[in-house]
Amino acid sequence: MVTTDSHSKFALQANNLNLYYGDFQAVKDVNLSIERQKVTAIIGPSGCGKSTVLRSFNRMNELVPTARIEGEVHFLGQNIYDRQVDPVEVRRRIGMVFQKPNPFTKSIYENVAWGARLNGFKSGLGRPSMDEWVEHCLRKAALWDEVKDKLGQSGLSLSGGQQQRLCIARALAVSPEVILMDEPASALDPIATLKIEELMRELAEEYTIIVVTHNMQQAARVSDFTAFFSMDEDRAGYLVEYGLTTQIFTRPTNKMTEDYVTGRFG
Amino acid sequence: MAIRTMTRKNEAISLGRRRRPREALIQGFLFFCGALSILTTLGIVYELGKEALLFFRDPAVSLIEFLTGTKWQPQAGEFGILPLLNSTIITSLIAMSIALPLGLAVAIYLSEYATLRARSILKPVLEVLAGIPTVVYGYFALTFMTPLLRSILGKDVVDIYNMASGGLVMGVLILPLITSMSEDALSAVPRALREAAYGLGATKLETAIKVVVPAAISGLAAAFVVGISRAIGETMIVAIAVGAGPNFTFNPFMGAETMTGHIVRISGGDLSYDSIDYNSLFAIGLFLFVITLGLNIISQRIVRRFRETYE
Amino acid sequence: MSDQSPGSRLTPYFAPNLQQRHRTSAFWRVLFKLSTLVGMVMLALLLYTVVNDSFGLVAINNKVDPGTLAVNGVPIEELDQETLLTIIQNNVSKGKFRQLEREGLLAERTWDEVYQVVIDDVVQPEDVVGTWTLVESLTRRSAIIAEVKQEHPQASVQFKAWLNLNFIASPQSSDALIAGVRTAMLGSLLTIAITILVALPLGIGAAIYLEEYAAENRLNRLIQTNINNLAGVPSIIYGMLGLAIFVRALESLTSGAIFGFTDPTTANGRTILSAGLTLALLVLPVLIINAQEAIRAVSNSLREASYGLGATRWQTIWHHVLPNAIPGILTGAILSVSRAIGETAPLVVIGAATYITFDPSGPFSKFTTLPIQIYQWTSRAQGEYHNIAAAAILVLLAMLLSLNAAAILLRNRYSRK
Repeated sequence: MVTTDSHSKFALQANNLNLYYGDFQAVKDVNLSIERQKVTAIIGPSGCGKSTVLRSFNRMNELVPTARIEGEVHFLGQNIYDRQVDPVEVRRRIGMVFQKPNPFTKSIYENVAWGARLNGFKSGLGRPSMDEWVEHCLRKAALWDEVKDKLGQSGLSLSGGQQQRLCIARALAVSPEVILMDEPASALDPIATLKIEELMRELAEEYTIIVVTHNMQQAARVSDFTAFFSMDEDRAGYLVEYGLTTQIFTRPTNKMTEDYVTGRFG
Repeated sequence: MAIRTMTRKNEAISLGRRRRPREALIQGFLFFCGALSILTTLGIVYELGKEALLFFRDPAVSLIEFLTGTKWQPQAGEFGILPLLNSTIITSLIAMSIALPLGLAVAIYLSEYATLRARSILKPVLEVLAGIPTVVYGYFALTFMTPLLRSILGKDVVDIYNMASGGLVMGVLILPLITSMSEDALSAVPRALREAAYGLGATKLETAIKVVVPAAISGLAAAFVVGISRAIGETMIVAIAVGAGPNFTFNPFMGAETMTGHIVRISGGDLSYDSIDYNSLFAIGLFLFVITLGLNIISQRIVRRFRETYE
Repeated sequence: MSDQSPGSRLTPYFAPNLQQRHRTSAFWRVLFKLSTLVGMVMLALLLYTVVNDSFGLVAINNKVDPGTLAVNGVPIEELDQETLLTIIQNNVSKGKFRQLEREGLLAERTWDEVYQVVIDDVVQPEDVVGTWTLVESLTRRSAIIAEVKQEHPQASVQFKAWLNLNFIASPQSSDALIAGVRTAMLGSLLTIAITILVALPLGIGAAIYLEEYAAENRLNRLIQTNINNLAGVPSIIYGMLGLAIFVRALESLTSGAIFGFTDPTTANGRTILSAGLTLALLVLPVLIINAQEAIRAVSNSLREASYGLGATRWQTIWHHVLPNAIPGILTGAILSVSRAIGETAPLVVIGAATYITFDPSGPFSKFTTLPIQIYQWTSRAQGEYHNIAAAAILVLLAMLLSLNAAAILLRNRYSRK
């Protein structure tokens, strides 16, 4: 039986994680423990495997044919790469928000409802109706007030920032434990970015948030923990330092970390 | 109503693999659809091969005679494919001599010179030309092109059924194909190359002819080969306008049946299975299939070999 | 030298040829422009030829010279309905008249219908002795009439629109004057219906498999190459395949014997079912390639979003990929179908019937299609068959035009999304 351990301290744990694309090693020897219901930021210069690591957390990397993994990723104590684990179920429990907003070519309502319905959402006694659930998710994504009168309109008719919040609402609708965010605000303007950052802090009360960002200040503003990645001479990414955000940005232990956060490189 | 998220923190989540029989079934069906194409090819090769083998096994037939004989007269037991092959080649060459230069010229015009308005007129015209059924082109060859040739060159020079009318009309049929493939090849040449030439003070024509065309030569060659393959396989135009009997001649103004025209004529009449006539059709068909398949493979190779240059 | 600019130092090495280059450029530019005219001219000539042959004067030998039916010097085409009625009454047998009345009271029919009865049952046309094109009919009318009077004194000359509503509604006939394309059109429609029913699901299925499921391995690459090659095989080869497999090997299936439906006139597999299946094989490769392109055009981020929510592969395809790819797939399908409608050679090889007068009743009937009808008429020696072939061509082109217009409308409507 492959079940999770509800008493596990860590939402996600990477153990000796090595990721390859064909013969090329993209990420090497990552050991990382993500605490539950906190915001963890993954920072580092571009090309050092941050997105690759993030995608390995919900087995999205498998969509690339040449991708290969060595090591383990534990979700609440259960290795998600175990042969008996269903990747489809993993992806429902560990949701994802992408760099470029990608709402479905459906109405705003349908964007949120579709995932829930797919995973067996049932209304009834003591349970919310679909309408209530959609509203709940849109509220949590701080989008309800802006779209409540136009739920039938296409998701693509919204602005970039609104689309991204719609994607967040969509991810919330399937009740994940963890939400992975791959540079969620990099395609947005500063005002929309701010809204997303506020959202991240609010969501952390219920969900575990892991966000990859190339914006250091954002990481400092938003996260409780920070993981700093860099790249070695073979262009393989590796974890340099991981700890409380306050510590990483004020008293980093590693010199490279200090150089990066003070802007001396990257 | 207060909504709580569905999984409480203390519940264990099952991540086990779920049985999804529907997914497997659907995947199986889709694979079958894809593999069907292989069945088709196998079917073609098998059926053509089987009957052709029966044909060659017949004592009246020899492979050498088939490939080199200049007379195709089943009643006399003569089965030389050269008259049919010769007619096919001549009509195809006539067609290509029209379609290739004109097609290339139109393609160059479209990709280097044409204004948006010109394109919006020309492209639909080409699409219409490409969409006209070949039987209509055959009618056109018989009722317009042949009388035209006869009035220009004289009724004693041009027969009622002749290879020239068929070939010329076939050229018009193939023109859109050559144009569209050539235009794709020319458009694929990166803009940067043209800009380099302009930057050196080249005129539009010089850029087009000396820079763009050579860069696109592999695509153009592929278009040429595909055009020939299409011409060789063309049936209705030649069946209607080119002649109802095998005739080994190099005079384009005489009638001479092509391979495809012959197959259509014989199978349109009374045909009993297992007669030598029936089997001979498949031998011709196999010959035709091998030629066109070979040409298509060559054109794919040409494109693949030179594609790396500009990837 | 007083000129110190660098250009003047270089100038001696470059001979001035700009004028000539521009002239050459202009010359070739004109040549290219002219070449574009060729296509348009050819299209115009083709349409001109077909239309020209579809309307014109025709000289017919009649049983009864319509001139003798003129009343007080007024020819029959200008008489009123009542007089025409009298003519009919005076010239047909009582039994025939009763039969005509039973079909519909003559007094209540339109003038055109009554005139047609006069032509059919009183004048009774027999052979066609000459036909002329539209242009000839308009420009040399009197000369033609004079010629005919000389060579065929018995014949009457009238203007005939070979393409008319009757033409579309009448069945096949060996008499060119009354032959119509109804049999052929119904045959075409039934055949194409079978082709669509078979080719569409199989083609879309194969495209989905190749684009969404197929891993990069030798088998799948072979399938893809195979499909690309099949798209280039001449259509007549598909006819031979159809002949060998559908007509011969699967005869019991295609002739309906297995189901007990035998059409007494066909004891063999040369049925609409065989024709439809053969065309389906022919159309499949191109349909697959077009569908693949449409599926490939769907943005990958859509798929990722769906997978990210915990959807399976088929759920992603069915709910997101297909709905967004359908417009492109349909456009490609319509174009494939319109190509199939115009196909002649493969169906002749399978064995289209040369002469059937009854309408096809179902998939197990003998068949003929519109292009085959055109081919058969064009192959006849007598001139009047060329006229009806031309009329049939116009019908075929009209069908194709509307189909392609539908495809273009579809494409434009959905490309705006």
